[in-house]
Amino acid sequence: MLKRLRENKSAQGTLLASPTMLWMIGLLIIPLLLTLVVSFGQRSPDGDVIYSFSLDNYIRLFGYSTDCDNGQASCFDPLYLQILWRSLTLAFNTTVFVILLAYPLAYFIARAHPLRRNTFLFLVLIPLWTNFVIRVYAWMMLLRTQGVINLMLGWLAGLFNIPFTPLEMLYTPGAVLVGMVYEFLPFMILPIYTSLEKIDNSLYEAAADLGANGLKTFARVTLPLSMPGVVAGTILVFIPVMGTFIVSDILGGRQVILVGNLIQRQFLDARDPTFGSAASLILMILTLIVTYFYTRKFGFGEEIVVA
Amino acid sequence: MTAEFAVELQDVVKRFITPEGNALNAVDHVTMQIKNGEFFSMLGSSGCGKTTSLRMIAGFEWPTEGEVYIEGKAMGHTPPFQRKVNTVFQSYALFQHLTVFQNIAFGLEMEGAQKDEIEKRVKHVLEMVQLTGMERRKPKQLSGGQQQRIAVARALVKVPDVLLLDEPLGALDLKLRKDMQLELKALQQQLGITFVYVTHDQEEAMTMSDRIAVMSKGKVQQMGTPVEIYERPANRFVADFIGDSNFFEGRIKSLSKNEAVVFIPDLKAEVTGIPVSQGLVTGEEITVSIRPEKVLISEKPMNQNTFRGRVTNTVYIGTDTHVYVDLMGKRVKVFEQNRISRLDPGSFYTVGQDVTLVMMPENVLVLKKE
Ligand SMILES: Nc1ncnc2c1ncn2[C@@H]1O[C@H](COP(=O)(O)OP(=O)(O)OP(=O)(O)O)[C@@H](O)[C@H]1O
Ligand SMILES: [Mg+2]
Repeated sequence: MLKRLRENKSAQGTLLASPTMLWMIGLLIIPLLLTLVVSFGQRSPDGDVIYSFSLDNYIRLFGYSTDCDNGQASCFDPLYLQILWRSLTLAFNTTVFVILLAYPLAYFIARAHPLRRNTFLFLVLIPLWTNFVIRVYAWMMLLRTQGVINLMLGWLAGLFNIPFTPLEMLYTPGAVLVGMVYEFLPFMILPIYTSLEKIDNSLYEAAADLGANGLKTFARVTLPLSMPGVVAGTILVFIPVMGTFIVSDILGGRQVILVGNLIQRQFLDARDPTFGSAASLILMILTLIVTYFYTRKFGFGEEIVVA
Repeated sequence: MTAEFAVELQDVVKRFITPEGNALNAVDHVTMQIKNGEFFSMLGSSGCGKTTSLRMIAGFEWPTEGEVYIEGKAMGHTPPFQRKVNTVFQSYALFQHLTVFQNIAFGLEMEGAQKDEIEKRVKHVLEMVQLTGMERRKPKQLSGGQQQRIAVARALVKVPDVLLLDEPLGALDLKLRKDMQLELKALQQQLGITFVYVTHDQEEAMTMSDRIAVMSKGKVQQMGTPVEIYERPANRFVADFIGDSNFFEGRIKSLSKNEAVVFIPDLKAEVTGIPVSQGLVTGEEITVSIRPEKVLISEKPMNQNTFRGRVTNTVYIGTDTHVYVDLMGKRVKVFEQNRISRLDPGSFYTVGQDVTLVMMPENVLVLKKE
């Protein structure tokens, strides 16, 4: 038995890889298969899963409803498609704003005096030490009608005798965007910083030596060489933003429902795990498609692809 | 090319504040005049301020005191991209995200050159460094020697007035180094561009340079042709740093018009007829030096400038045999060229053998004390 194993290279390989394989099967493949199976099931009246092979959940997701107001057999309601689209655009916008904010910050930290860099990085990381939910609630305190921002604006308006009605900022798409950008900023700063920090100073000097001023050096040397960080950060931000529900739940209320909220409500409020599973899978597929095309264009963040 | 000097450093000081908070003159009142078309080297051991001097010419650092002139124009705080000099960096500093072609074209694009003009000039300079056909490679896909050539090509394509090179061959193996030395020298002669070359390898500096500035602790110790520096070192530091030397403490016993008699207490003997220049006085304490290959070993005693000693060690190093001779307690190095085969052990001096050393007065140098 042992002797045969010693001679069989492929069996050795399997054995050596098996802890990883077990991990993958246990934590990834089995849950995914379960979700897949459940998504084809049907909800029993008391909220249990009836296992069957029904495409109803998917049909419903794509907008065809069998439960119509006007008595027709079927009708089209793009509600869920709208939610998917909203999630996609929000994730896109969040990523863009995060890049715009994170890049200058990462650049500043990377070019700071080495002794000060660690302090700045520490400051970037501090928010991550507080609970995610608490940080979102903090934004609620800021954005509320009676919140800090409105109080300050009111006070300023009072100083100049301008009539002031508090702004309705909470429970708007803007509030969700602000919350998302804030939550995911560090995940963009760190990879960009890492790739900027790796750029040897002599490259900047070489560019200057060859006649490039600051702006040209940035466009031709700094930016391309830091793209791996931007790509890695984009993946780290885009994918979780597509799926989270806490930020939109707290800052968006009933106004801004994302796929994450939809899935969460199916499992907890509506008690329909079959529809929730279908939505989860569609979310995953959507994210995979976007990431696939993105990484095909820009690589995975470790290699720079120059067309 | 109107100015007399391609590069001039006038009384330049560069002071750094070290992390420990001390002020350090990395370059300390340096004055250098580098002629147009010259291959000029700065030679010195680590930390003597070579790189800092070069960086001040390139414009990456500004002098704390003094002024740098390029083609006769005071540079002041002119940024690097407005100076007509280009640098070959020690680490090459090639752009890893660009191809060889794009690397070399970079500087031309910054000048706003036309596309076909760029292509023509890149092609030409690639021919010059013998790397035609590598245009589409990334720097990572090249050997160290090839990367080095690309770095040279990238700088040369700009046709600078002055090319600055900071230990450009430091990362190459000895054989490749020697080849590249000759190639760079040939390139410089062919193009007639002024090269300012930084190295800590004296052989390299000797091989390539028209003139060398020997530096130590931020100061120029001596500036001159390789021959001058080797044959007439200005002080003990240079005599010691360039090649090998035997040193003896001595005193001027008497001076005639161009010759001196020096008494060497350690040897309880004097050396007569040493040719000396002006500026010495009788009775002055000086250092006497002689190169090991210029000490002759004689079997039979002679009268003048000869010293009896005993062989303490011999080391065979291929081209030479180093013979160490004890002279009244002072160890003297003698390099004997192996003009005959040493396979026969009888052709070696043996340890304990008594020999006579001859120091011809024209080979003996009198160095002033600092
Ligand atoms: N930015 C800086 N800040 C503080 N000290 C510096 C700085 N740059 C150089 N020095 C110091 O100045 C001195 C000269 O440095 P430089 O790099 O010119 O030496 P070098 O002759 O090129 O040596 P090497 O052969 O090792 O490259 C060194 O003592 C170095 O520590
Ligand atoms: Mg150096």
